[in-house]
Amino acid sequence: MSDGVDHSKRRTLTIAAGAAGGVGAAFTAVPFVASMLPSAKAQAAGAPVEIDISRMEPGQRITAEWRGKPVWVIRRTKEQLKGLDDIVPYLRDPNSELPMQPDYAENAYRSIREEFVVLVGICTHLGCSPTFRPEVIAADLGEEWRGGFFCPCHGSKFDLAGRVFNGVPAPKNLEIPRHKFISDTVILVGADDQGVA
Amino acid sequence: MKNKILEWVDDRFPLTKTFNEHLGQYYVPKNFNMWYFFGSLAIMMLVIQIVSGIFLTMNYKPDGLSAFGSVEYIMRDVEWGWLIRYMHSTGASFFFIVIYLHMFRGLLYGSYKKPRELVWMIGVGIFLLLMAEAFMGYLLPWGQMSYWGAQVIISLFGAVPFIGPELALWIRGDFVVADATLNRFFAFHVIAAPLVLLGLVVVHITALHEVGSNNPDGIDIKKDKDENGIPRDGIPFHPYYTVKDAFGASLFLIFFCAVMFFWPEGGGYFIEAPNFVPADPLKTPDHIAPVWYFTPFYTILRAIPSIAGSPFPGVVAMGASTLIFLLLPWLDRSPVKSIRYRSTTFKLWVTMFVIVFFILGYLGTKAPSPVFNIIGQICTVLYFAFFVCMPWYTKNEKCKPVPERVTNK
Repeated sequence: MSDGVDHSKRRTLTIAAGAAGGVGAAFTAVPFVASMLPSAKAQAAGAPVEIDISRMEPGQRITAEWRGKPVWVIRRTKEQLKGLDDIVPYLRDPNSELPMQPDYAENAYRSIREEFVVLVGICTHLGCSPTFRPEVIAADLGEEWRGGFFCPCHGSKFDLAGRVFNGVPAPKNLEIPRHKFISDTVILVGADDQGVA
Repeated sequence: MKNKILEWVDDRFPLTKTFNEHLGQYYVPKNFNMWYFFGSLAIMMLVIQIVSGIFLTMNYKPDGLSAFGSVEYIMRDVEWGWLIRYMHSTGASFFFIVIYLHMFRGLLYGSYKKPRELVWMIGVGIFLLLMAEAFMGYLLPWGQMSYWGAQVIISLFGAVPFIGPELALWIRGDFVVADATLNRFFAFHVIAAPLVLLGLVVVHITALHEVGSNNPDGIDIKKDKDENGIPRDGIPFHPYYTVKDAFGASLFLIFFCAVMFFWPEGGGYFIEAPNFVPADPLKTPDHIAPVWYFTPFYTILRAIPSIAGSPFPGVVAMGASTLIFLLLPWLDRSPVKSIRYRSTTFKLWVTMFVIVFFILGYLGTKAPSPVFNIIGQICTVLYFAFFVCMPWYTKNEKCKPVPERVTNK
């Protein structure tokens, strides 16, 4: 109180006013930051998509688009499923231990129903879309090849469950999106019983 | 630590020096009243407009086919988009409210007089540019009022003798207001004009800080300095006026937010009803009126009759009604600055000018009618009379004695 000024009171008021202003500024920033999130239109465009699998032949792959990304459904034959068992020694993460799939796809064939696998068709290396190479013997892909996906960009290889091979640039298995069977013939991609992705 | 960093910076950039020059040791008269809030509020409005504008630009599409839809998209689909857009549209109106009050303050206390002529003229330049900025921005939502408002204003250029039609064609870039017009107005609105505006604001403030602020008593505080060379009636801008202005800004923001949240269309004055209909080059709305902040000058435009079939005289009058502010420092010949110590005659003239300005503004929002036209013409004459007669009614004005030191009324 040397010069008639209560400095401690002044400091308290300054801090209080500054804090109130700071809180206000933070709240004001919220709408601006939030406005850069996907809009209602983008969210609607990214809504779950239904894929009709009623006319899929064994061995066939169909491609759908979900959130602008290719989503593959592959109906695997008995031989191809057998091939998935044979290929295990050549894979980096054969038991799907890395979290690249919902828990209901964390199994040998990475699928809800053995035949049908749903994959996001984007290489886990640098984002190219691998090509479908279902043939059991392919001269250019090595003698262990039992059908799968080959990325043309940097040569990553995946099997028909989207599991990545050892010794290729891609570090992880292909992503399996959240999905569920709405009926025997329709798969919903982008949502499951736990909610929307 | 803090001091070390500051020292390091100060050796390389005049941070402390600049701070002291413009805030910490910039001495301002201690008797500022409420009228002196509007300068800093104008800066705040400029910041609000720039920030909200940047975020609008992220979703707006300057394209004749998608502009209107993209504004509705912002209103409905973008998270908080409605708030950002209302912030910008309400901000435009509040910016003009602030600027008009800021200019009126200058008129009340003679802030345009020597040595602040340049401060005032640069300010008028900012005002003119702000009108251009607002006009071009108003086209962007591409509603009916945007479209036809632009059509009318650009047609004014068509009234210029000899080169008019070519000039209007050049401004539009098409035979009517069209996609090309929208696209170039977008370019001017979001970058060209704001860039110049920011530059002018810096020049305005630099000029002000060179000569120092005026005050409600119109006294030069630099004439009376203490032994340290500090004006006895001055206090440093920071912390005294930063705190006071922050308080003023808080009060102002309460009003601003109330309108932005609960009354963003401003009863049809801030966002006009026809602008909720997409631009249609084949159909003019029943009643065209500019946004409220242009209406006084619009009435002056309408008040002047065409001569020999050309509306050019009205255009000239409208231009003159804004440019005449530039001459104010030389029209006013009274040695006394503040209205507190000026004659009743001058006070009556100022009162008359304010009333006339409001009437002109009101008439500009209304459809023309014979009675309104006559009132508009009378008010136009009085508007110009305020300026043109000023050298006479201020020459031998009977002023009260001006005190030596500022008062604290």
